Parts: sequence; C-alpha cells; structure tokens
Amino acid sequence: MYQQVAWMVSIVLIALLAIAFFYVVRQSSREGNGAAVAAATGRWRGRLLWGVTLLCIPVVAYTLTELPYARGAIANLGTVEVQAKGYQWYWEISQTELPVGKPIEFQVTSADVNHGFAIYDTDMKIVTQTQAMPGVTNVLRHTFEKPGTYKILCLEYCGVAHHSMMTELHVVAQ
Amino acid sequence: MNMQKEMPAVGAVKVYAAISGVVILLMMLFGLVMRMTQGQMLPIEPELFYQLMTAHGIGMVAIAGLGGSAVMWHFLGKYVNLRAGFAWANLAFFLAGVVLVLGGIFLGGFAAAWTFLYPLPANGMGQWGKHAAAAYMGGVLLVGVGMLLFYLESARAIMQKYGSFARALGWHFLRSGQDAPPATVIASTVVTIINIIAILIGAVILTMMLVNLYVPEIAIHPLLAKNLIFLFGHVFINSTIYMAVIAVYEILPKYTGRPWNVYKPFVWAWSATCLMVLTVYPHHLLMDYAQPLWMHIMGQIISYTSSLPVLALTLTATLGSIYRSNIKWDLTSALLVLSIFGWSAGVIPAVIDGTIAVNQVMHNTLWVPGHFHLYLLLGCVTMILGFTNWIANKEKAVGFSGLEKAMLWTFACSAFAYALMFLLSGQASVPRRWAVHLPEWLVYSQIASLFAAGVVISAMTIIVRAMGGIIRPARQA
Ligand SMILES: [Cu+2]
Repeated sequence: MYQQVAWMVSIVLIALLAIAFFYVVRQSSREGNGAAVAAATGRWRGRLLWGVTLLCIPVVAYTLTELPYARGAIANLGTVEVQAKGYQWYWEISQTELPVGKPIEFQVTSADVNHGFAIYDTDMKIVTQTQAMPGVTNVLRHTFEKPGTYKILCLEYCGVAHHSMMTELHVVAQ
Repeated sequence: MNMQKEMPAVGAVKVYAAISGVVILLMMLFGLVMRMTQGQMLPIEPELFYQLMTAHGIGMVAIAGLGGSAVMWHFLGKYVNLRAGFAWANLAFFLAGVVLVLGGIFLGGFAAAWTFLYPLPANGMGQWGKHAAAAYMGGVLLVGVGMLLFYLESARAIMQKYGSFARALGWHFLRSGQDAPPATVIASTVVTIINIIAILIGAVILTMMLVNLYVPEIAIHPLLAKNLIFLFGHVFINSTIYMAVIAVYEILPKYTGRPWNVYKPFVWAWSATCLMVLTVYPHHLLMDYAQPLWMHIMGQIISYTSSLPVLALTLTATLGSIYRSNIKWDLTSALLVLSIFGWSAGVIPAVIDGTIAVNQVMHNTLWVPGHFHLYLLLGCVTMILGFTNWIANKEKAVGFSGLEKAMLWTFACSAFAYALMFLLSGQASVPRRWAVHLPEWLVYSQIASLFAAGVVISAMTIIVRAMGGIIRPARQA
C-alpha cells in the first residue's frame, strides 16, 4: 500500500516541479524588470517554505503514530515466537508454518554478517522487514492476514550469493 | 593578484575536472553493464557483478567528492588565499587511494559494496582475502586523508580571511545586516566543518576495521560500526552536492546578469544544514529495530527538515534568477539549471523514504538508487559537467550548437527516465544490489539499460568535447 502512495506522491510532485521549470525556462529569453522578479521570487520562496512546512508537520506527526518497532513484551497469549537467523547464504528459521491472523514475533539475528530479513507476500510485494545483524536481535512483529506462501528475501548485501538467499513461509488457516 | 600563486591552482582545477570527466564516464559504463546484467542481456557472473557494484559505488562517491572539491577550490580561491600545494597533495592521495581500491577489487576480488559494512569485509567466504579488504579500506582511508588536508587548508584560509567560522557563516550579518560573506564562502565553510568531522569519523571506523582484519579478537559492535559508517558516508556524499552547487551560485549570474545575493534566510538555512546534516544519518538505520527509538524518530524528522531549507532557497533563487532574465543559453547554463531540477526532484522520493512507515516496505529496494540517481546523476554530476564545460570554454558564455542541444536533451531525458525506472522497480519491491533478478523483474532492467545507454552516449559526447577544451591550451603552453 505504502509503495503505491510513495510512487504516486513522488510522480505528482516531480511533475509539478518539471512544469515549474518548463514554464520558467520558456519565459527566460524575455527581458523582465529585475526588481519586480526579485520581489516575486521572495514571495514564492515564502510560499514554498510555508507550504512545505504546513504540509510536512501533519504528515510527519501522522506517520510517527504507527511505528513498527516492538516495545515491551507481548502480554497476550497465542503469540507465536519464531527465531530467524541469517547465514552466508541461507536462512535458519525455527518454524516456517505459521497461522494466519495470529501475531507472530520474529526474533531476527545473524550468525556472520549483516543480512536483511524481508517478508514478501504472494504478489512478491514487501509487507515488512528488519535487519539481521550479528550480535543483535531485532524483534519484528507481524500478523499475516491472508494464507499462502510468503517468501523471505535477503535485503542487505552479504556477499557473492546474496541474491540466492531466499526461503519460504507457509501461512495457513487454522 | 599574484600570478605565480594563481597559475598552479588553475592547473590543479583543470586536472581535477579532467580526471572527474574520465572517471564519471568509466563508472557510468559500469552502471550500464550492471543494469544489462540484471536484465540478462550480458553474461556477467555474480562475482564480477558485485566487484563492479563496489567499484561503481566507491568510484562515484570519490569522484563526486573530487569534482565537487574542484568547484569549491576554484571559486573559494577567488575570496580566500588557498595554497595550490594542498590541491596537488589531495590529488596525490586520491590517486594512490584509487590504485589500492582498484587493486583490492579487481585483483583481490574484494566486493563488500562501497559501504564496507562491518563485518562483511572480513567475511569474503573465499571470494576475497583479508589483504584485498585491507587494500580497499586502506585506499579509502588514503582518499580521506587527502580530502582532510584539502579541508584543513580551506579551514585555515577561511579563518585567515574572516577571523572565525561564525563570521564566514554570516552570523554577524543576521544581526547587523552588513557585510554578508559571499554564498560561496558560506557553503564552503559549512562543507569544511561537516566534512572534517565526517572524515575523522570515517578514519576512525576504517582504522578499527583494518585492525580487526588482522587481530580479529579486537571486535567492534556491528551496530556501532554501522552508525559510524553511515554518519561518515551520508555527510560525505551530501557534501558533494553542497560543493558542486557553488558552480550554480557563481556561474549562473554570468549568464543572467543577476547576482546571487545573500539574504538572511540563506544564512539561516546553511547554518541549520550544518547541524542537521550531521544528525540525519539515522534514517539509514530505520530498519535496525534495536537502535534506540529516539534515534529513529529523530531520523525521520530531520530527514524532512534537513534537505528542505537550502533546497527551497536554491530552487526558488535559480528559477527567479532565470525568469525573464534574457539568459544566454549554452551547454554550461543549461546543465546548471538542469542540475537544480535533478537535485530538487531527487529530494522528493528521498524524503518520502525517510518516513519510517514507507521505509519499512522500501528500504534496500531499488527505490534507494532511484532517488540518489536523481540528485547525484541529474544533480551533482550534472553540476560537475556544467562546471567542466565552463572551464573548457575558458569561463565564458559561448553559443549553443545543434549537437550540444541534442546531447543535452538526450542526457536530461535518459538520466531522468533511468532514475524513474529505479523508482518504479522499488515500488514493485525489486531489491537493490542483486546480481540476478527474478524473471518478473527483468523487463525493468532491460528498459533501464536502454536509458543507461542514452546517458553514456550523451555524457561521453559532452565529456569528450569538454576534455578537448581543457587539454588544448595546456599543450600550447
Ligand atoms: Cu544475506
């Protein structure tokens, strides 16, 4: 979902920027009143700074309300704990058949170098990820909403067979 | 002006510009080869792919640094007394470092990516040994030492002229409204401060990792290492644009007849940037869940605030300076205006990816090279090409030939489309730094290869023609 939002917002804003450049460049070969243009530039500078500020404050505040980081222990029973460990170049996962609709806690680490633990859905879109770092356990919580075969891909470059570091999770209805 | 002092510095800037052109072209070819390999249009093995990837990354970072410092040296030298020996010393360290880096990669097989993330350099799994890793990291350290000498000299020269960094940053102007330092001096001072800090931090982590290579008992905490590497890496690469943009501040007024004035928000923005650039790097570690929460939140907030002020001011000032200015268009002025578009466009997907919720599904996908190819290829490199062309034309506005117009448009459209293909791939969850792509992803790389070829052909034409202009007078002399 966020992929589409990011793409659409980027394209629209870049297009607006391109339009501004085209417009100004088309007007560039005429001779205008330097002082008037400088004053107008100052007004546009103010508009842009205020506009961006007013746009960004709610966006930043809103997006900070749903952070992926696990905080504190999960109290509710029924959480499935899964240990995931990256090696050059394979994954060792304590349990690969997981229930749909239940919170899963992935405790992700690495035996050697940095890896990236990314979960891809059945359409090969990333649903969530964390880093797999040696000496560190990153706690990733996720609840699968649909059954199916999910894939784990390594998203941190880890050496010559990095791209073949893939495995599967089977999410089943119970 | 003392001619004897000036001439060698001009010579150094020309040599910097020439080397930058050649290396940029070579690295672009590596990029084309990588995209074609990912599109299965070239039979390159993963071993070589990851070596090319490592070389492309470090090569582009280093040459953006060298090209940017050529711009800074050239224009800062008009306001303060820089000693040419330091430019040559930087170059000597640079070349020695490059030899070591290339040897480590192509003779030693080193391929841990340019970010040399600990402890991958020590874990080549037989593809490279510790001497290859040491050659690479030692080479990067040498390049850093050269740059450090360069910035220490600019710091000394700025202090000599302005008395303090505060005055060179224009803080007195905020109070009195008098004696604003030139934009070039403000930008150079910011880069000098942040890069001295960044390079020292880079030198610390590189030295620690070199020791660890040979004495593995002296281990480093991987999360600390990652923090240090990205603090160094982010500040350094960010600074390349802040140096290169000086070309826009200095050269564009020659085409528009409108001076690049320093006003109070400009001073504020650059001073704010000085602090924020040093603290924004945690946005590279948003997916390291073990990192303290406050650093994640700071990473997102500063991502939004750090890039916007200087950019918003440079963007509006650039557009305002060309609007109805009867500007003289030639390749130089067109490249410089294009570069501000590329920089501004690149910041948009970058800031979006600095949002934690987005980063969770975009981190380490091709979205990342998407945004940085916008502001490095279409921004920083384009500024350096504009500067190189300016030097090649002996710092004069010249005509705009049909061939130049064709090459400019080819370059602009190809580079833009090339970066968009990365963004589109990232949106489709295609990972970055994968030598072999899944069948459903091939089409993105194949289309991107076409645009990469357009970039290489147009950039080659622009660079080769500029080289001619740079080398010719040297032969006559
Ligand atoms: Cu891996």
